Amino acid sequence: MWNRIEGASREEMEALQLRRLKETATRVYHLVPFYKQKFDEAGIKPQDIRGIEDLARLPFTTKQDLRDHYPFGLFTTPMDQVVRIHSSSGTTGKPTVVGYTANDMEVWKECMARTFRMADVGPGDIVHNVYGYGLFTGGLGFHYGAETVGAAVVPSSGGFTKRQLLLMKDFGATVIAGTPSFVLHMAEVAKEEGYDFEKDFRLRVGFFGAEPASEGLRKALAELWGIMYIEAYGLSEIIGPGVAASCPHGRLHIMEDHFIPEIIDPETQEVLPYGEEGELVFTTVTKQALPIIRYRTKDITRLNIEPCECGRTLISMESVKGRSDDMLIVNGVNVFPSQVEHVLTKVEGTTPNYVIVLDKKGVLDKLEVWIEVDEQTFADGIGKLEELKTKLHNEMLNELYINVKVKLVEPKTLERSMGKAKRIIDRREAEGM
Amino acid sequence: MSRKYVVKQLSIFLENRKGRLLEVTETLKDAGINIRALAMAESAEFGILRLVVNNPEKARSALSAGGFTVAEQDVFAVEVSDEPGSFHKVVQILAGEDINVDYTYAFVGNSSKAVLVFKVSEGSLDKAISALDSQGIKLVEPMFFYE
Repeated sequence: MWNRIEGASREEMEALQLRRLKETATRVYHLVPFYKQKFDEAGIKPQDIRGIEDLARLPFTTKQDLRDHYPFGLFTTPMDQVVRIHSSSGTTGKPTVVGYTANDMEVWKECMARTFRMADVGPGDIVHNVYGYGLFTGGLGFHYGAETVGAAVVPSSGGFTKRQLLLMKDFGATVIAGTPSFVLHMAEVAKEEGYDFEKDFRLRVGFFGAEPASEGLRKALAELWGIMYIEAYGLSEIIGPGVAASCPHGRLHIMEDHFIPEIIDPETQEVLPYGEEGELVFTTVTKQALPIIRYRTKDITRLNIEPCECGRTLISMESVKGRSDDMLIVNGVNVFPSQVEHVLTKVEGTTPNYVIVLDKKGVLDKLEVWIEVDEQTFADGIGKLEELKTKLHNEMLNELYINVKVKLVEPKTLERSMGKAKRIIDRREAEGM
Repeated sequence: MSRKYVVKQLSIFLENRKGRLLEVTETLKDAGINIRALAMAESAEFGILRLVVNNPEKARSALSAGGFTVAEQDVFAVEVSDEPGSFHKVVQILAGEDINVDYTYAFVGNSSKAVLVFKVSEGSLDKAISALDSQGIKLVEPMFFYE
């Protein structure tokens, strides 16, 4: 355990949460007009919070609220106190922005250190980090966490699989961190290249997150690489990776002294008891730059408050299997169908009839966009149609950072074969991944 | 003047899918359409079928009703003698006028003549027809196809 609070009694935890919640509520109420208005509408003032159960009386915050206040409208600190800004892709070209003060960075490092300590990662370990470095919180989150526990980090980011394997072998990496699909892809390439997993690699543990992974995929990764599989759950709006991490007993513990979880019924918005399935909601209680009250994650899961065999009393959540909205995760990148639609409309001038098809190519996700060629789009000339395909492909790459295969199909094909309203066909499930 | 040589061509967008061409030919047969000339262009995933038919209006509405994506273009046709160098002569005139040929296709008629269909960019259609006409190339009137 990195911090003794991870094994604190329920009373101690709740007392700490309550104190921090009051501080955070006071902070947002007085510093952010948006929160003041929402609190007033809900008929609650920060001083009305007397017990942890009063959290349920506070208003929700959604991703849309973050977008509406783009870029810094919900920050509670002046910009001269912000030391880091991250951003995630948005549905209509408008991203969501998150900021960190120096203290927020400490909180993040602390949570990532706890994550690494789930497998006792520390000095002497070499962490090969294949999460993407950049605006995405994955790369830097794991990077700082590994440094905090005293491990050596290889900041290799994604891509260049063959070179990555060479470095992992030569440097003697003991830990890998990345998206499940990419690390599985690395295993396949390693096999093709004739590596001997036992002799060539020293990996003992892997930290995985940013996309859902089935039981089958987890097992396959653990067996192929001969590693312990640790899940790291997080979302940039809350802090990035580090919101929850799985222990050796397989329970995904939430860092609830920083992020208080609730489960609600997504329809009625009523708080549900522990053990019941519903939408996960988080309230950050230590963040300064961008505290967030009752953020609706859209992730569907359930909570378990029983103390764990690992010694932690931190509440745990089940791995997220579904989302209550239509967001797709393609090789770790978030994609909303509306983003695809936005690009189509931009390139074509109209919104064509389209369908998004997700498939597996080997172990990587493959995204195809099928577009109906109607009489407005149809130009008599192979060259012109190929040009349209190329242009769409490039725009998707530029705007959504995803490699899309554009396929032109005849009108009514989509309607006939899969019902017009259905915009997404996810064939990845069928693979048993 | 050159407008009287403009021939209507239909092009149909086709996915590379088994039986799809058959559905086109069936639709045309059922509508009583006679195909006078045709060419098929293809890429890895889709193709374009280009047709000159005896009744373009009727063919177009039958195909649209059948769910095909159809577009109409202006092309022209010339008749040359079926012997070496005659195609070259036509292309040479067009090249001399700096006219780009998008595509062309030919068929041999029932005599010693061959008919060549040309698609040039929209802006240079009139120029192409006038150039060929003035240099003694025999342009085919649409009635030849339409009947």
